[in-house]
Amino acid sequence: MTDLVELTIAEALDGLAKKEFSAVELTQAHLKEMEKARELNAYVLETPEVALERAKKSDERRAAGKAGKMEGIPVGMKDLYCTKGVRTTACSHILDGFVPPYESTVSQKLEDEGSVMLGKTNMDEFAMGTANLTSYYGAVRNPYKDKTNPDKFLIPGGSSGGSAAAVAAGLCMAATGSDTGGSIRTPASFCGIVGCKPTYGRCSRWGMVAFASSLDQAGTMTRTVRDTAIMLEAMAGFDPKDSTSANVPVPNYEKALTGDVKGLRIGIPREYNPDKGLNADVRHVWEQTAEKLKAAGAEIVDISLPSTQYALPTYYLIAPAEASSNLARYDGVKYGLRVDGNSLDDMYTKTRTEGFGKEVKRRIMIGTCILLEGYYETCYLKAQKVRRLLCQEFAEAYKKVDVILAPAAPETAFGKDDDSTGDPLKMQLYDVFTVPSSLAGLPAVCVPAGTSEVNGLPIGLQVIGNSFQEETILRVAGAIETMSGMTIRPLRVGGK
Amino acid sequence: MSIDREMVKRLGILSRLRIPEENMDEMVGELTKILGWVDQLKDVNTDNVVPMNSVVEDMQLREREDVVTDGGIRDEILANAPESMDGYFLVPKVVE
Repeated sequence: MTDLVELTIAEALDGLAKKEFSAVELTQAHLKEMEKARELNAYVLETPEVALERAKKSDERRAAGKAGKMEGIPVGMKDLYCTKGVRTTACSHILDGFVPPYESTVSQKLEDEGSVMLGKTNMDEFAMGTANLTSYYGAVRNPYKDKTNPDKFLIPGGSSGGSAAAVAAGLCMAATGSDTGGSIRTPASFCGIVGCKPTYGRCSRWGMVAFASSLDQAGTMTRTVRDTAIMLEAMAGFDPKDSTSANVPVPNYEKALTGDVKGLRIGIPREYNPDKGLNADVRHVWEQTAEKLKAAGAEIVDISLPSTQYALPTYYLIAPAEASSNLARYDGVKYGLRVDGNSLDDMYTKTRTEGFGKEVKRRIMIGTCILLEGYYETCYLKAQKVRRLLCQEFAEAYKKVDVILAPAAPETAFGKDDDSTGDPLKMQLYDVFTVPSSLAGLPAVCVPAGTSEVNGLPIGLQVIGNSFQEETILRVAGAIETMSGMTIRPLRVGGK
Repeated sequence: MSIDREMVKRLGILSRLRIPEENMDEMVGELTKILGWVDQLKDVNTDNVVPMNSVVEDMQLREREDVVTDGGIRDEILANAPESMDGYFLVPKVVE
């Protein structure tokens, strides 16, 4: 029998349709794989009962001729999506034991389209991090190994690190992620998978634990571009319950995957190629991919996004400001952790002091600071002005090009105990290529494009499109996937 | 304006976070470093630029009928409360 966890979504849908296997069998195979790979710590909660029940229902629906777009496909759910009756913590101690009485729109849509939730995946606490090192439930291990030091514990990237590791290791066929400043694309690059952050407003934010509401966006993590197309179509769409949801029809993304890039204008932003701070192998894969796209008939255009260097400081003002406000709701009264105190205020303070981790506290403090009178204008409003400039520069660029091709991360996956992991400023630099498009709300997909010659680790590239041009970025990503010659199959950590 | 221990204490009170005395200097250092780093934004000319709250700012906010669309689930909501009584959230005594 086919090894079910090695299949792509497209292959599995085909096999299910041909009755080669059932959704229950497909789910069982993944549950078994999850058990074998617990050392990765990719899941913070496995939900085998929910999964098997949904798989059974899925088989019944298929038999009744009512198969959805993701019918029978086992998925991992990032722990910041509220799931009715299933613990949701955003991997924070402060949400201890929170069992939502409602379902997020995105997870509901996925369920409505037939997908089967296997469990909740690990992540940085409140999605604040780039290495999945801030989770209350501990670090996630990247299934890839550095060939120069195979014993080294590599991080999967963050914040959707559990989702990325689970997809890469075959512990689900796809997983949800969320991206505020790169939280889908960085882990996708580090774990050799496809990660797509659609346009802001494309997927509903309703029921997602909020980090920075003007930036948060739900997205997909899969092993192929075709699978991304299938999953994104299932997740996307207008939702009246999200005030910033876009009332724009969802196209058939799979149809966009023609493989044809002839005549497409692909911008290479020179500011994304700094003398320092870009790994030579990453640069090489980037240049090589541009060459291949050119050979396939695309036009490569040199472009400039002059304010790029200011995107990171802008992001690190706006995101904490929004976070400090969003996280004010955790007070030990309505849900989650409570630490008793001798007054209401004392209870608030004790609960929050114990409930939040170091990185989250740091960001709340920064956000609180820059919203103070005296800082508000020079910091917060200033950042919002620079944000507009960044958006305008992207808008100018899209007059000349159809998509932008850039690295997703400046390096390959690094070690959990590397020096940089202790320095918040250095950690932030890993977001340098992902943050600008987040601030502009643009769709971007990270696709594996090569591997490092030095350490053998995967390198992803980012295709950034204009608003609601998901079809174009997926088309280009699909072409890159084919050109790279890489076939992404799960890295089976527990053996076959 | 610079970050000193007084400022960190004030931010702690506003954020309802207790910064232990032994971590005070570390927090002062980190906040100083981060605010120093973002200070580079002052090099950007933003004269006449309007602050941007959201990338969908040109979108008309939707209105809907003012009716109950969800509700009647008091017990489900209270089920997550650390402490509740008689259908209410319970907090430490605030009135003597």
